Amino acid sequence: MTPFLKVDHVSKSFARGNATTEVLRDIDLTIARGEYVSIIGHSGCGKSTLLNLVAGLTPITTGAILLENQEVREPGPDRAVVFQNHSLLPWLSVYANVKLAVDKVFGNSKSRAERHDWTMHNLDLVQMTHAKDKLPAEISGGMKQRVGIARALAMEPKVLLLDEPFGALDALTRAHLQDSVMQIHARLGNTVIMITHDVDEAVLLSDRIVMMTNGPSATIGEILDVALPRPRKRLELSSDPTYLRARESVLKFLYERHRAPSLQAA
Amino acid sequence: MKSPDILIKESEPMTAQSAHNIILDSPGASVPLAAAARSNEAQVIAFAPPRAPFAERMWAVAQSWFAVIVPPIIVLCALLLVWELASGGPKASLPPPSKIWADAKDLIVDPFFVNGPQDIGLGLRVMTSLERVIMGFGLAAIAGILLGALVGQSVWAMRGLDPIFQVLRTVPPLAWLPISLAAFRDANPSAIFVIFITAIWPIIINTAVGIRNIPQDYRNVAAVLRLNHLEFFWRIMIPSAAPYIFTGLRIGIGLSWLAIVAAEMLTGGVGIGFFIWDAWNSSRLSDIVVALVYIGIVGFVLDRMVAGIGHLATRGTQAT
Repeated sequence: MTPFLKVDHVSKSFARGNATTEVLRDIDLTIARGEYVSIIGHSGCGKSTLLNLVAGLTPITTGAILLENQEVREPGPDRAVVFQNHSLLPWLSVYANVKLAVDKVFGNSKSRAERHDWTMHNLDLVQMTHAKDKLPAEISGGMKQRVGIARALAMEPKVLLLDEPFGALDALTRAHLQDSVMQIHARLGNTVIMITHDVDEAVLLSDRIVMMTNGPSATIGEILDVALPRPRKRLELSSDPTYLRARESVLKFLYERHRAPSLQAA
Repeated sequence: MKSPDILIKESEPMTAQSAHNIILDSPGASVPLAAAARSNEAQVIAFAPPRAPFAERMWAVAQSWFAVIVPPIIVLCALLLVWELASGGPKASLPPPSKIWADAKDLIVDPFFVNGPQDIGLGLRVMTSLERVIMGFGLAAIAGILLGALVGQSVWAMRGLDPIFQVLRTVPPLAWLPISLAAFRDANPSAIFVIFITAIWPIIINTAVGIRNIPQDYRNVAAVLRLNHLEFFWRIMIPSAAPYIFTGLRIGIGLSWLAIVAAEMLTGGVGIGFFIWDAWNSSRLSDIVVALVYIGIVGFVLDRMVAGIGHLATRGTQAT
């Protein structure tokens, strides 16, 4: 069987003037359909760059990314991104933000009424139908991120890319939204790649955790399988030995073997 | 000294009436409170608070209006008084306000009279000038936004066009007039062209800055959605750059109004600019003063109109 998403020996360098910086070196990763993969690492290790490469927002220097055997060359709705700062268009209502994506992706294949229903269906998935006519400025940060997720889901992407989606939220809102994402993942079976710097979040949500070494020339240090059955319950897991072991090994990777460069110097 | 009297009389009934309303309102406000107290559902007191502050609010509004209207009127009266005293002597070269009122009463009182092809009210002359400004400014707005979008979006367009724009925008409006007269061979299109070329630079430059400042996030969203150029222009560029565009439009309309008077002085016709030139040639200084007041007021209104439209159009476009 051919892999669903294959990151094949990808390297990425940025050139500025005469100086070239290699951010990622020789990234090799295969992701199966329906898998939830987290990428974790210290800031500056190029995990966001990796996500942008998969999204097609940044061109690859060497290697290739294949999605269902098609090479990724440019951005597209089959790899929908939920951006860290929600990136809703502030002049469009919540409904219009999602509708813009629906109209663009399904403009030819669905009727007007079907597109409306599909927009409402996705707002309903993230429980945001009550605020559909509000502008992004009028809703809270957690709600904005929900709408961002609804917009991405509405594109029916093959891969959902989450770029530190809960990073800017307070702990309670974050936990609530993590539960929502878990429910949606269980229901729709999306393939998800999530960037995070939160160890608990990575262990709770992921099937596999990809741990990145420090940059420059960052690469995959280790991949951890999280063998926890789904559905996962936050409270029950807090004392589950498998959960604790997974958490420990990620922490050990991050803080023993690959400490942040600033900490090593200290 | 008569015109300030009229101004005060016009503003007085307004404040008096609103004060009257407040007095009428306050007894009414206590009625639902009393009714609620009598019935069993006494908790409906929530009814009363919004009404009592309403009267206070009206009073506050009246006060703030009062504070806005009264100081300029006092200053205006003082200025007119100083002017009257300064130019009241027999050797004064400019007419005092009382003489202006006597000379140009018809122009002040009725802006829209028509006594013949060259003897028409200043309101009608202003309309003619405004027509040219609307034409020239409208074309400048369309062309300016499109060119600004090009310069803001494309590095090569900016490198090629920006130096040329920076040089051309320093050319004074009237310097364009002879060459446009030569090109169009007619006064009216030449005046319109002068307005166009005067107003377009701030629109181009501000639009370009606005488009260069579109956050990368919005560009990423557009890229993921694969918006085409036209969709990107309408759905992302214009709304995102709207605050900048309206700043440019506001500067542009101000410059247009500055340029039209000068242009009409030279091209003739029935505009307000030519009226001033004509009045100067026939030594009607009082008419000139009245025309200046007209120009000032219309310019002020134009500026506020564009600002108001901009305010409405850019609601909610500020990123959070």
